Amino acid sequence: MQKRVTFRGWWLPALLIAPQVLVSAVFFFYPAGQAIWQSLFIPDPFGLSSQFVGLGNFEFLLSDRFYRASFGTTAVFSILVTLCSMIPALFLAVIADRLIKGSGVYRTMLIWPYAVAPAIAGVLWLFMFNTRVGVVSWYLGNLGYDWNHVLNGGEAMGLVVVASAWGRISYNFLFFFAALQAVPRSVLEAAAIDGARFWKRFWTIVLPLLSPTTFFLLVVNVVYSFFETFGVIHTITSGGPQQSTTVLVYKVFSDGFVGQDLGSSSAQSVILLFVVGMLTIIQFKFVEKRVHY
Amino acid sequence: MKKSLLGALAVSTMLSPVAAMAQTEVQFWHAFTGRLGELVAAQVEEFNASQSDYVVVQSHKGNYSETLNAGIAAFRAGEQPHILMVFEVGTATMMAASGAVRPAYEVMAKSGGDFDPDAYIGSVKGYYTSTDGDMLSLPFNASTPVLWVNRDAMTAAGVDPDTDLSTWQNVDTVLTALQEGGEECPLVTAWQSWIHLENFSAYHDVPFATQDNGFAGLDTELALNGPAQVAHLTAMGQWAQDGKFIYTGRRNEGGANFRAGECALFTESSAGYAGISSEAEFDFDVRPLPYWEGVGNAPQNTIIGGASLWVMEGHSDDEYNGAGAFLNYLSSGDVQAKWHQDTGYLPITAEAGDITRAAGFYAKNPGTDIAVIQMTAKEPTANSKGLRLGSFDQIRGIIDEELEGIWSGDKTAQEAMDSAKERGDALLRRFEAANR
Repeated sequence: MQKRVTFRGWWLPALLIAPQVLVSAVFFFYPAGQAIWQSLFIPDPFGLSSQFVGLGNFEFLLSDRFYRASFGTTAVFSILVTLCSMIPALFLAVIADRLIKGSGVYRTMLIWPYAVAPAIAGVLWLFMFNTRVGVVSWYLGNLGYDWNHVLNGGEAMGLVVVASAWGRISYNFLFFFAALQAVPRSVLEAAAIDGARFWKRFWTIVLPLLSPTTFFLLVVNVVYSFFETFGVIHTITSGGPQQSTTVLVYKVFSDGFVGQDLGSSSAQSVILLFVVGMLTIIQFKFVEKRVHY
Repeated sequence: MKKSLLGALAVSTMLSPVAAMAQTEVQFWHAFTGRLGELVAAQVEEFNASQSDYVVVQSHKGNYSETLNAGIAAFRAGEQPHILMVFEVGTATMMAASGAVRPAYEVMAKSGGDFDPDAYIGSVKGYYTSTDGDMLSLPFNASTPVLWVNRDAMTAAGVDPDTDLSTWQNVDTVLTALQEGGEECPLVTAWQSWIHLENFSAYHDVPFATQDNGFAGLDTELALNGPAQVAHLTAMGQWAQDGKFIYTGRRNEGGANFRAGECALFTESSAGYAGISSEAEFDFDVRPLPYWEGVGNAPQNTIIGGASLWVMEGHSDDEYNGAGAFLNYLSSGDVQAKWHQDTGYLPITAEAGDITRAAGFYAKNPGTDIAVIQMTAKEPTANSKGLRLGSFDQIRGIIDEELEGIWSGDKTAQEAMDSAKERGDALLRRFEAANR
């Protein structure tokens, strides 16, 4: 029963999609092509000479067990960041949705953290959990817990997850909140009259109706945790202690921009691109089936 | 009419500072903030005021790694500065990039100053000198690790603050005494790889890497898993387990703890002087870096850390004259002596050391010459000239990771260093391939 609009001729559709094609070409296809091309070389940092090595960079990476281990670290990190940024956001959105007075103020306050740049967020959290002067670590110390993310890998992971997820809660909140507002009141009222309590209504009506938004946020947050979190990791742990917070994207950054090894860094971006591409395909193929539009 | 007048006004206001002076501009990118940043700015200002042909414009580009990265990115974009500060770890990278840098000795000699390569202290300039003996960059801030002692903390824990701390054997005893006396942070360190592996190896005259620590060729391999290094790290690992050595991070985070008076002993660069002397509200001492009695040829000499100034390719002759004049000014006796006294960095010329001594600075500030003595007491050997390893920033990262494995008790020192060697060698082979 879908209504399809068909265009006669080709120039109008071509014109309409041209901006998108242009933006993708300039900001995606060109850099991605460059990365693939560069991943076949070992260049010197200044770009004065480079050696063609074929797939040598990939071979070098995949034979490194520390690089392979960072896939596992990345999986843990991404799952935690996604969960920690979506669940609290949904919870806050549900509460905000039930507010009658003052929801504007509440909403505005919740959106603020989104405006904080990841590196700044990293510094803020690092300051709170600083093993020497941090407020939180001081309280934990009073409670008898010796906080030391400098040597404890689990604590370091927890800290970078919280710092990465924190700002995203705002972003996710916005989407959940808008989606909740769109849930038809009549359906909820009907259910209430039938005797369904709040949680029953939430599980059986609200959550299924939110599924397109949840699915969208899932994809977006996974991509975020894969690509945009190196600023936080760089400021808080630099990938340590040992390699407990070295996620794939941080290694791309540190090998390329700190180590000046552009060949390896490009090869890593290509691998990362491939991994995220596969993940997104999987999400669309399997998760999307459970989404009701 | 009105519009064009406004336009002309805007253009002339924009141009006037340059036009009025008609001086050649020399860009200088560095990595200093805080007190050191102020001192650099003062040097630049003084140079600019001392003559009217050139004006040096200094800008801060972030920490050492970020500054090097900014310089490289700028070079690739054709926007490179004239003078770039590069930390000692980036030396091999810069030396291998002969098309991107112009040798400092050449620029300095051409600019008309009286350049004398022998005026510079051998163990300082050696790090930045090519195998043909040419000084490729100007050592700017060179330091070496020493032991800082919080005398008040020693007294509070019931330990005589004048105890001999020249060997690690003695330090071991003192750490136990400090802990028993109630000190919660007996020992803390900055720059763990630089002090406890790189300098440790030079000081005990054992190799850190083959091929004379990389000076003799790119086909070098790490040798940091030798018995001397492993024994030292085993001892430190034990101290970490016992709570006698407190690990605070990979960079110089421990400095904050020490300056706040929370730690008794602190291994840190001699350049910690600027910060410690201005912030510490306790009585402190500088001592030579401890060594293990009977291990290697200790005490040999320690090596430098810090940065040097590289002149980048791609500018006009006039600008190179300006850059050369600025580098000559920085090398001059009085400027160096003041820099050395203000910061604790080593003097790069013997003359600057002599001026400082003659002014009575060492007598008034006991311990400030310890770094100089420690560096220059013995003629450097192949193991103690310095390090010249490619991808060294990344290798240090690997070493940091492995050391954290020791401090947390996850790995033995031998396991950690074997792993560091294996991983570091892989990077050295890549660097060799990239610069073949």
